[in-house]
Amino acid sequence: MNDAELSQGKPAGTQNWLLRLWPIVPIIAALLFTSGLLLLFNAGPLESYSAMWTGAFGDANKTFSVLAFWIPLLLASFGLLITFTAGLWNIGIEGQIILGAIFASWVALKVDGPAILLIPLELLAAMVGGALWAGIVAVLKTRGKVNEIFGGLALNNLAIILTNYLISGPWQPPEGGSFRGTTPFQEAALLPRYMDTRFSPLSLVLAVSAFVIVFFILRGTTWGLKLKALGKNPYSAFLLGVRSERETIMAMMFCGALGGLAGAVRVLSWFDSLRQSISGGIGFLALLIVILAAYRIFWVPLIALFFSAVLNGSITLQLRTQLHSSLGGILTGVMVLFVLLFGSAKQLGIGKTKQVVSEGAPEVTYSPADTIVPGKHGGD
Amino acid sequence: MNDSEFVRVMASILLQASPLIIAVCGEILTERSGVVNLSLDGSLLMAAMTGFVVGLLTQNLWLGFGAAALVGALFAGIVAFGSIRLGQSQVAIGFVLALLGDDLSAFLGQNYTRTPGVAVPHTPIPILKDIPIIGPVIFDQDIVVYFALVLIGITWWWLNRTQPGLRLRGSGERPEAAFARGVGVNRVRYLYTILGGALVGIAGAAYSLDVKIGWSDGHVRGFGWIALAIVIFGGWSPIRGAFGALLFGATKALATYLQRAFPEVSVVAFNSIPWVLMILVLLAVGSDYTERFISAMPKDWQRPLRRVLRVSPPMALGTTFHEG
Repeated sequence: MNDAELSQGKPAGTQNWLLRLWPIVPIIAALLFTSGLLLLFNAGPLESYSAMWTGAFGDANKTFSVLAFWIPLLLASFGLLITFTAGLWNIGIEGQIILGAIFASWVALKVDGPAILLIPLELLAAMVGGALWAGIVAVLKTRGKVNEIFGGLALNNLAIILTNYLISGPWQPPEGGSFRGTTPFQEAALLPRYMDTRFSPLSLVLAVSAFVIVFFILRGTTWGLKLKALGKNPYSAFLLGVRSERETIMAMMFCGALGGLAGAVRVLSWFDSLRQSISGGIGFLALLIVILAAYRIFWVPLIALFFSAVLNGSITLQLRTQLHSSLGGILTGVMVLFVLLFGSAKQLGIGKTKQVVSEGAPEVTYSPADTIVPGKHGGD
Repeated sequence: MNDSEFVRVMASILLQASPLIIAVCGEILTERSGVVNLSLDGSLLMAAMTGFVVGLLTQNLWLGFGAAALVGALFAGIVAFGSIRLGQSQVAIGFVLALLGDDLSAFLGQNYTRTPGVAVPHTPIPILKDIPIIGPVIFDQDIVVYFALVLIGITWWWLNRTQPGLRLRGSGERPEAAFARGVGVNRVRYLYTILGGALVGIAGAAYSLDVKIGWSDGHVRGFGWIALAIVIFGGWSPIRGAFGALLFGATKALATYLQRAFPEVSVVAFNSIPWVLMILVLLAVGSDYTERFISAMPKDWQRPLRRVLRVSPPMALGTTFHEG
């Protein structure tokens, strides 16, 4: 990732070796940080990293697991590019993924039919489910002035509760209610998988289509332009005639639909049933991926693949060494934090680079009770 | 529900709400100075884990609370440094820290899950505890509850009645004007972000050493976000914020009570109460419909209703200020 970041952050004329190396500093710093943690628990960092590596790419089966985990990350991240462009913090993506999974499961459990009919129906239902959940967050924001961060968080938790209700109640397996999951779906309802792996080539087709669509929306459509205007400066966008309420709801629902697809891929190819932690933080990871990619679509696939490898690897690490698998989350989280803080060397007064991290990033602001403009309600 | 049961429920609501009150007061100080510390969920988890583990290892409660306060201050310090010194987005840094704190606490606390530890002792206050009803509810508690109650008053007094409080509010409302009057806006923001973070840390330890004793993965997950929502609902005022925290404490007690009364209703229905409440209270203070409702009321009622139902954030909340 160094070269491209450099090409953006290259100082005029001077070639400073420190600047050239700057983008890898956060990566090294994050690795050092996790190494420290490993040493604290009497585990050798190098052994642990190599265990993570073999856990991710040790054999073909594991590599396909990494790919299978990568797909929903991609779908969610592409959706988030749209909401971030519109200046929205769609933390509710997690709930949208879950709703997609629930809607897809609903079709898989209740509808009988051939795969050629069932699968499109499931995917469609998942998109509707995700978009619906996102639409609620959006309307709460535009009509109710509930900041999307809080609306989204509440709906994330409600989605988790709904899942638990379904798998312990109406959709519980015949042998009795458990908090584990539903009965496995019929074979025709599952996405066709490659060999015995969890990876479905069809889901890759979905992800590639999403990439192309989002790329063109942001590059070549009026809608993309409107979203950018909304994200950069809502007031100017308003003056230019962008209907902020409509675009906010549309952007959120678009992202929700892609999140829903991600959820469908989780239930129909990663698992074969609706499980308790069906998303498992994929939505939050996708948020980190997009932040780390500095909102540039071409970096998303690479970073998402890296995240997928690290997380799959850390699960193997836990199986082998009993070390908590949250190590993968720490490694990626610290990396994003360091890039956020020190991504541009300028901030530490080293050289004179352009700001790299927030380059092209939307001006995302936090305004809890957003639109309560002082003096708006007169009186007091 | 007879008298003694009523008193018991009230006392438990207050106890449940106490850590939330402490965290809310901390975050109010931070946000009133103009900084949003969105990392609360992660820092609460880290502080709860740290407080529990340090308390257990040293067999000393105070060291547990102290260590937790340091962790909270550190997280807040990162947010402050990143936004003030480096000019990065407070929301982004806070959000990443919220996730990181979750993972980090799970990793660092992995050897201490579900182990017994130290706990804050019950310390009723003599004489006062014998006052009917109020006594057993408020004064037959422990140090965490007393601290939370005193903190509400101190925070309100500090914000509204002192010179430093005025500088604090100035930094959050009109930083340019405050700076022109000689207030070191960014120094003030550093100070109250870190102080607020330390209070959040104490709140985390209040969970793991008192209200929800022990440690397990995601022990207090979700409470940080609830605290942030309460700050908004509370209109950035410690008294209203405390009321909001009590409201959330009450729903918890209510859920337990309803669960006993209606055992046939699925337990998950009750789990959803705090989140539904979170949306409803934010809607109540934010939505246009509330404004329309107020406007439809008689003239004399409008002002008091607005005071109760509407809130407005510090004007410079979440913005960066460049001195000089």
